[in-house]
Amino acid sequence: MAHQSDLIENDILAYLKSQEEKSLLRFITCGSVDDGKSTLIGRLLWDSKMVFEDQLAALEADSKRVGTQGGAIDYALLLDGLQAEREQGITIDVAYRFFSTDLRKFIVADTPGHEQYTRNMVTGASTAQVAVILVDARKGLLTQTRRHSFLVSLVGIKHIVLAINKMDLVDFDADTFEAIRRDYEQFAAPLGFDSITAIPLSALNGDNMIDASPNTPWYTGPTLMHFLETFQVEGDNRDLPFRMPVQWVNRPHLDFRGFCGVIAAGTIRPGDEVRVAASGRTSKVARIVTMGGDLPEAVSGQSITLTLTDEIDVSRGDMLTAPEAPPIHARHPEAHLVWMHDEPLQPGLIYLVKTATAVTPGRVTAVQYAVDVNTLEQKQVATLGLNEIGVVRLELDRPIAFDSYEQNRTTGSFILIDRFTNATVAAGMVITPTPAELHKAPLKSVTSSDLQDGQGGHRRLVNLSEATLSGTGVCSVDLTVEWGPIELVVSDGFLDYLTKGNRILFRLRDLDQLEAVALLAYEHTLSFEFDRTAEGISILIFVRGTKPVKGPYDEDGVGI
Amino acid sequence: MKKNLTHLQQLEAESIHILREVVAEFANPVMLYSIGKDSAVMLHLARKAFYPAPPPFPLLHVDTTWKFKEMIAFRDKMVAECGLKLIVHVNEEGVRQKMSPFTHGGLYTDVMKTEGLKQALDLHKFDAAFGGARRDEEKSRAKERIFSFRSANHRWDPKDQRPELWSLYNTRVKPGESIRVFPISNWTELDIWQYIHLEGIPIVPLYYAAVRPVVERDGMLIMVDDDRMELLPGEVIQHKSVRFRTLGCYPLTAAVESEADTLPQIIQEMLLTRTSERQGRLIDHDQAGSMEKKKQEGYF
Repeated sequence: MAHQSDLIENDILAYLKSQEEKSLLRFITCGSVDDGKSTLIGRLLWDSKMVFEDQLAALEADSKRVGTQGGAIDYALLLDGLQAEREQGITIDVAYRFFSTDLRKFIVADTPGHEQYTRNMVTGASTAQVAVILVDARKGLLTQTRRHSFLVSLVGIKHIVLAINKMDLVDFDADTFEAIRRDYEQFAAPLGFDSITAIPLSALNGDNMIDASPNTPWYTGPTLMHFLETFQVEGDNRDLPFRMPVQWVNRPHLDFRGFCGVIAAGTIRPGDEVRVAASGRTSKVARIVTMGGDLPEAVSGQSITLTLTDEIDVSRGDMLTAPEAPPIHARHPEAHLVWMHDEPLQPGLIYLVKTATAVTPGRVTAVQYAVDVNTLEQKQVATLGLNEIGVVRLELDRPIAFDSYEQNRTTGSFILIDRFTNATVAAGMVITPTPAELHKAPLKSVTSSDLQDGQGGHRRLVNLSEATLSGTGVCSVDLTVEWGPIELVVSDGFLDYLTKGNRILFRLRDLDQLEAVALLAYEHTLSFEFDRTAEGISILIFVRGTKPVKGPYDEDGVGI
Repeated sequence: MKKNLTHLQQLEAESIHILREVVAEFANPVMLYSIGKDSAVMLHLARKAFYPAPPPFPLLHVDTTWKFKEMIAFRDKMVAECGLKLIVHVNEEGVRQKMSPFTHGGLYTDVMKTEGLKQALDLHKFDAAFGGARRDEEKSRAKERIFSFRSANHRWDPKDQRPELWSLYNTRVKPGESIRVFPISNWTELDIWQYIHLEGIPIVPLYYAAVRPVVERDGMLIMVDDDRMELLPGEVIQHKSVRFRTLGCYPLTAAVESEADTLPQIIQEMLLTRTSERQGRLIDHDQAGSMEKKKQEGYF
């Protein structure tokens, strides 16, 4: 029973009071039609009593007409929205479903497993906190499982429910479940999830959906509904440094100037100092204004209106931030880009870059590499086509305040809009601003020490180890902070990283540093590619012709 | 102790963000005001979004001339209280043709509602129109974007909608094109009622049970709101305690028998009932997918 019927019937006011504290969880479901994904969601809606009698009547009629369960109720039919899709028997877009229990309201992004999966899944995942990844217990992990997992990790989801479905078809075998769970944990290790919760399910029969199933006495974990209802998503960003993109300046008369926006991180109180990202000017918060009276405090996630104590210039497009930890003000961010349009990316062409604060013209100056979503292999490409993902360098018309996407999904994300068709062509996630704009800290820490070389010249020894190579994207070594001739000393771990097929980008201050990098490549049989752009000189080092290690999963071969 | 934002606080913040985004990016926005509970919540959110200023856009009511009298009275009262500009648009051509929901069926909706809306949007050259639709209302709405793009002739193409990521909305339109914006997309019927309760938002009295004159027609209770409703043979006016779960044109809106005359009782009834609110709307009953067809033609 999803709602407390007794309380509703006997004391509706007490019930309403109890509902005021309800939380919200947004999650995404990933899987193909064959995995029983629609059945799983339909079942959650059904069991939380969100299906009404008239909808039930329609469902029964539809189940007989087009159902796949031999006339029995086909829960999947609760979901298919558009007529054309229903006739094709596939869902082709992101649909949002809603259900609620007494503890939580849920928004489910239901994404399909067909060829536009990447675009749709990234769209659906962009607002989700948890991903439910479906696996057919008979088939185990498939290529698509890896793809779905990579995509949700790319979009910053940290919590995975591995829904091992159709357990009824493997006789609820504990060993099968365990094997799949182990496989998954092993392969997902590099994706950096904070939690993985595997649940043995039969969505069709309801096993472990709401109540613990008598068919899986060996399983002591939560049921799917229990997990979704009670899982504590790490708090919002309220403890991080303050960020508020200014969305709108409210100026009803000369005596009031309110800055409106959603707090993207942090907590703010009257009296707090804030800094305007673009100008560096600071002021103090005077009031937090709402229709219901001024607030003593506002936190991340709230839409607010602030007034400041000084008349400083702030407009839409600016960001108000904590003065001690401002965001990066960058013109050349490096970002993951997910291409979402039939027309491929045209490097050099001007697009409109929409960020949390503003729309700015900008272009992609370089595609560093693309990632194969099935194998995670990196490949050199000239451009990105529909559903392709790459790491790119952008050049914006003017500097924009960014955080890395990993730190903040709101201030680290952007979309690209085609100037002529107005289509949304790509989604971007900032990895880092470029080193040319980072004067203080290099991208990867490089330790160096002075030494005299044999010729009596003053040559700096630069130590590189695997410890300096972490994070997402192409790992890079920033030598622009070094002056004069250098010599590179590399650790075994550093070389090991390269021989696994990873690429490392060296950014150089000048050509004098070329020899040291070329020598490194020569001594360890590595290939390198030289690039010179307006931003500087770089060398990409890699092992040619490396194949990725094959994982413990099969090809699904259906092009879903 | 720190508490996360509640579901209603999060929904409210999202809706206010959407409302402000439209005002910041569009030249000439308008809010479609249908007088129902969803419109009431949307208007309340707009007042919060722009406080202490009034919402910086007019309200548009496409009047089919068949709305409940109490709706019109409520509309005029709200507009006066909020200090807003109201545009009432009636498809005069439809009036000349004497369009009636009793005799013209689906054509009536096309002419008075869909055509009327297109006329008003064209006449005032609005480039963005807020609507109070929710994704949970009907299956075809589950895939609707928050910013729903419409061509210059108001067509909605399900295959040509822009992907919507994070809270980054693509608001770009060419001259003549427009965007329908649904700030309460992610609210459910229950959320709407809880929020009305929590915030004390005024709603049309028709939502509360009262003894009203109704006739039973095709298994539905239709309220006799004026003398344009002609009784069919065998029909008698009954006085029953009824209320409405959704409001529209009175001949197309079925009442439910109810004693719920307070907000908590309405919510109680809603939670215990087993039929969805759209069942009272005759417009959806034509065929599966009918809403999708209407939307492609420009119905909101």
